[in-house]
Amino acid sequence: MNTGKKSPISDRRRFLLNIARTTGLAILGGLTWSAYVSEVTATKLILRPPGALNEDDFLRTCIKCGMCVEACPFDTLKLARPGDNKPLGTPFFEPREIPCYMCPDIPCVPVCPTDALDIFSVQNDKKELDINKADMGVAVIDNNSCIAFWGIQCDACYRACPLLGEAISIEYTKNERTGKHAFMKPVVHADVCTGCGMCEKACVTEKAAIFVLPREVAEGKAGDYYIKGWDKNDEKRLENATSIETTTEISKKSAIDSLNSSMEDLY
Amino acid sequence: MKTLLDKYRFLIARRISQISIMVLYIIANVYGINFLTGNLSSSLLVGIIPLSDPYAVLQMFVAGAVLSFDILLGAFLITIFYMTIGGRAFCSWVCPVNIITDLANYLRRKFGFNQIQKKQPASRNIRYWVIAISLVISFSMGIAAFEFISPISMVHRGIIFGLGFGWAAILVIFLFDLFVLKNGWCGHICPLGGAYSLIGKFSLIRVHHNAPNCTACMKCKEVCPESQVLHMVTKTSIPVLSGECTNCGRCIEVCDDDALNFSIKNFKKGEQNEVR
Repeated sequence: MNTGKKSPISDRRRFLLNIARTTGLAILGGLTWSAYVSEVTATKLILRPPGALNEDDFLRTCIKCGMCVEACPFDTLKLARPGDNKPLGTPFFEPREIPCYMCPDIPCVPVCPTDALDIFSVQNDKKELDINKADMGVAVIDNNSCIAFWGIQCDACYRACPLLGEAISIEYTKNERTGKHAFMKPVVHADVCTGCGMCEKACVTEKAAIFVLPREVAEGKAGDYYIKGWDKNDEKRLENATSIETTTEISKKSAIDSLNSSMEDLY
Repeated sequence: MKTLLDKYRFLIARRISQISIMVLYIIANVYGINFLTGNLSSSLLVGIIPLSDPYAVLQMFVAGAVLSFDILLGAFLITIFYMTIGGRAFCSWVCPVNIITDLANYLRRKFGFNQIQKKQPASRNIRYWVIAISLVISFSMGIAAFEFISPISMVHRGIIFGLGFGWAAILVIFLFDLFVLKNGWCGHICPLGGAYSLIGKFSLIRVHHNAPNCTACMKCKEVCPESQVLHMVTKTSIPVLSGECTNCGRCIEVCDDDALNFSIKNFKKGEQNEVR
């Protein structure tokens, strides 16, 4: 089949080219769009209102209506604006500016139309609202810039804490440098801390030495390999434990032989 | 001869509607007068009635969110309203972006850009493709995809809660509509407009054309932001049935010959939706 160069472009070619162009544009747009969305939602350093679902569920459930922001009597909550470098339109707070003041009636949570702020997560066993159940983050102390760790008496964060003595306590230790003074160091109890950030607001240092981080960011994880042998409940994990034995070149000899050979067999 | 008020009656009513909705949101946020709280994504009317953006809720559903009763009811109410009554009226009577794109369009007409750029290089079906892509991304990334880039949300959220760099989104849309593509955002790309086009297809309030009155001056087609929906002008006396008509009423205002009017869609079979 030989089509001359000047023959008119067939409808089929036009149609195929149209399809190819549409597909190309769709892929170009779709991938750029996905890349942008994945980029803006990647930030983990954001503090959510009380009762917020975990970040992934929160991002897909929050409709960005701002009703929690309107309900907040202290103007703590803000909606992320373009330029804030946070997932656009979602509510967050910055404790150093305005912390969460832990309203007992928690006005921000029941107004949420999508349940991205889950009212059940801030209720106690008697189904009453209990702001102390909130888990917005956890306070972390930078020992180097906290003046209490230098030996200067300061308990601003301890006094500011709404769960005084429970979420932050003061630990007395001897100040070896002077030999006659005491350190009064603040200690955060992560299992009690709600992440309200009143300590961060109260901190006297130029840049807060105690600050709230999202729990996912602030906490490590020991994993399954370590067991608290002194804890009966934790010890129970051993009951159904299985073991995997690995055999390598050195495990053919006894441990002592292996040491005596100056670890030669390792190389 | 029409009076000036006659010439702009729907335009003035639309601006009042658009601005007062924004004002209601703002006074709820700033002064706590809770007649209409939230924003255009989701709101609460008089403290009881939930209203939600059905396209946003659809994306959330596709993204795998557990949808609450309130949000489903809100989306249902909005859908029913535009499906039976309003048509695509959201775009011209509620959405604040409309003010920006109308301004761009007005300047295009004033400066005669439309005479220079006669051929529109893009298809008006792009918006339906954008809907499809947004749903694919929502599904695969577990996130309401358009809600994270929506300039519409940036604008209304910006007006109510603080703009930030949202002015850039406004500027981009304005310049795009002014220089690049006539009715570029609202008439070609915006998937929310696309969603309301699909929803509003069956609504009762329609612009009706009365062909015998028409003098073929084409003012209506020049001013219409979705001029393809006016294909019957000068030819047949039928209502504008396309869902892409935003019921803005501009064509009615500019018509000097009473050839276009709002009317209720006629369901009687014999008359075939003819006017009068």
